[in-house]
Amino acid sequence: MEKPKVATTSLAGCFGCHMSLLDIDERILQLIDLVDFNKSPINDIKTFTARCAVGLIEGGCCNEENVHVLQLFREHCDILISVGDCATMGGIPAWRNTLPLKECLDEAYLNGPTVHNPSGLIPNDPELPLILNKVYPCHEVVKIDYFIPGCPPSADALWAALTALLSGKPVDLPYELLKYD
Amino acid sequence: MSEFENTIHTICESYGGDRARMMDIVRDVHEKYGCCSGKAMNLIARGTGAHRVEVQSVVTFYAFYSEKPKGRVVIRLCNDIVDTMFGIEHVARAFSEELGIGFGETTADGRFTLEYTPCIGMSDQAPAALINEVVVTSLSSDSVRGIVRTLRESGDPQKLVRRLGDGNNAHKLVRAMVQNGLRKKGPVVFAEMESGNALRKALALSPVEVIRDIKTARLRGRGGAGFPAGMKWEFTRAADGDRKFVMCNADEGEPGTFKDRVILTERADLMLEGMAIAGYAIGAQEGIIYLRGEYAYLRKFLENVIENRRRDGFLGKDILGKKGFHFDVRIQLGAGAYVCGEETALISSCEGLRGDPKTRPPFPAQKGYLEQPTVVNNVETFCCVARILEKGPGWFVEMGSKGSPGTKVLSISGDCNSPGVYEFPMGVTMAEVLREAGADDVQAVQVGGPSREIVGPEGFERVICFDDLATGGAIVILNSSRNITEMARKYMDFFVEESCGYCTPCRVGNVLMMKKLEDILDGKGQLSDLDYLHDLAETVKTASRCGLGQASPNPILTTLERFRPFYEKLLRTHPKNFDPSFDLRAAVAEAEGLVGRKSAAIET
Repeated sequence: MEKPKVATTSLAGCFGCHMSLLDIDERILQLIDLVDFNKSPINDIKTFTARCAVGLIEGGCCNEENVHVLQLFREHCDILISVGDCATMGGIPAWRNTLPLKECLDEAYLNGPTVHNPSGLIPNDPELPLILNKVYPCHEVVKIDYFIPGCPPSADALWAALTALLSGKPVDLPYELLKYD
Repeated sequence: MSEFENTIHTICESYGGDRARMMDIVRDVHEKYGCCSGKAMNLIARGTGAHRVEVQSVVTFYAFYSEKPKGRVVIRLCNDIVDTMFGIEHVARAFSEELGIGFGETTADGRFTLEYTPCIGMSDQAPAALINEVVVTSLSSDSVRGIVRTLRESGDPQKLVRRLGDGNNAHKLVRAMVQNGLRKKGPVVFAEMESGNALRKALALSPVEVIRDIKTARLRGRGGAGFPAGMKWEFTRAADGDRKFVMCNADEGEPGTFKDRVILTERADLMLEGMAIAGYAIGAQEGIIYLRGEYAYLRKFLENVIENRRRDGFLGKDILGKKGFHFDVRIQLGAGAYVCGEETALISSCEGLRGDPKTRPPFPAQKGYLEQPTVVNNVETFCCVARILEKGPGWFVEMGSKGSPGTKVLSISGDCNSPGVYEFPMGVTMAEVLREAGADDVQAVQVGGPSREIVGPEGFERVICFDDLATGGAIVILNSSRNITEMARKYMDFFVEESCGYCTPCRVGNVLMMKKLEDILDGKGQLSDLDYLHDLAETVKTASRCGLGQASPNPILTTLERFRPFYEKLLRTHPKNFDPSFDLRAAVAEAEGLVGRKSAAIET
């Protein structure tokens, strides 16, 4: 039987959740036996080539490109999982949500104490995706089926959730796997 | 000292520099200067020994207080659901046009401020407004023009009262256009009374025997929660304290409730008799009536009733010749905060603090006002107390239902021919209530205000009592033309506004529910949003600190349960499982403006 396909992406995240996924160590060999990776930074496949069973989303949406990627994932994946606190709640990038966008950009590109920007311009290359008025958690943009909390979720939590999902069993995430202090 | 300093100093002195009287001090400063400025707050802090921030927290918490000057005439238009049912938008537009300002604004000449305010207890004569302390009822866009003209000419809101209301509304110390609308007098609260009868009988018993009578009568608190009054009294009597207090909760703020207004107007004597009996039973010498700021127009009248009772020996020292039984009462005015109807928030407010609920335990019976054992009961409960002592508990339990003996005073408003105040025996069916109120086209009834539940026709055989349809008195009737989901939205708006902000589930949860509800009403909701709303509502209900947050999800929960099709017909399903409430174009609009180019990626 053909192996189910998994896609992953990091939107407004720090790749920490992907690092945590790699932290499953030698179990990654088992994972490869269980699934094929499609579009993902892990194998550097840039575009979807087939319909996927599962999409793992790291990070929320801070710009229009994030939205397009997330929508693309929704269209190509049967199940979408928000992985980590940024995808689930916006996380650290969402701190800017309390400030007007102009203040954020001015601080980052014009007024910040370490800024050296003689042109006095805010970067505006057409290649740069436009930034959103605030950072959105993924479930405010598309339907999300499951959430795995954590910053990042531990490798064991990701492993437990993924293997349960792939084997069609109810996921058992004991308290220790979701406790972070 | 400047004259300003002198005045503030004198005000503080008039309350003995007691910081627990902060509500009164700030109120007096307002009466004098129209606001409580930063400078005034400094002086109050100095004059009472309070921290500056404590004064400021009071000034900023209450809707009727303000740091910045407001107009000399403040018009507060009531925007409760019943007012919106009866054409408030025309009235609001007329006020705006006549004054040339929007809501929340003050005219350039500093004469008028226009604001909205939640239910002011006039739902049976809506739309209504408070103009300074004067209540103006049955407004229309026509009457507004006359009102503004009169106010411009005289600057005196009292001049708006041309025709006085019935009963004591016409009393020389009230002089209000408010109507009692008392349509059904029952044997407990609204029967004729002779002052002193009940008190005399109580004083012939021992305090313990008085409590036993209240327990035998199985009297339950009439504010809505239905806690057994006798038990509360017993705890308070047994608790250790140098002083004990009897508090009367006259802060009826639950939208659609106005029965205490009528009781205060017509049966203040009965209520005060009940308070004195409570004082005797628990061993208290001091009583406080916490009167909601919206009813300030009744203050002088009530003070006069109190004064008369002192003169007649029903209040004061050695009451009715009973050596050693002293009991007196003062009025504490509120200042427009719904949460103060919650008993521990009410105590906070009386102590001169923000109206924050307190953590329980300890309960007020152990540590209430000023950390002393305190009984807090509703206006109507005290009336029942007096009548139980006058006529005996046996007489009382013969009325009403088994779990809820006696009568209940209901305030009925909305779509019916005879809105007003009715005293029914407990256990009456909703159908009977609707019949008497002359409501023939009924889609739903909001029972007990937004804190309680909405009932559809399948629930009209249910009965009014604490074990079935519990209510503090509010009955709002909605006919088939009314929009149920829109009503839920308005009630959530109310709770968002009135949350004290202390605990996160209530402060944040209500806002999140409100946002999701608005998405749904805007046609941007999906089926999963109903589950989201339900789960969030359960969380807020379970995790909030006081009754406000524990009840605030009820407009959503009960409409979801009983009127689900109204929500379902608004829902959308997106073919690609995208969230219908997300609008990419709106989300990038700000950045487009800042960088000066349009998004190339959005298809037009």
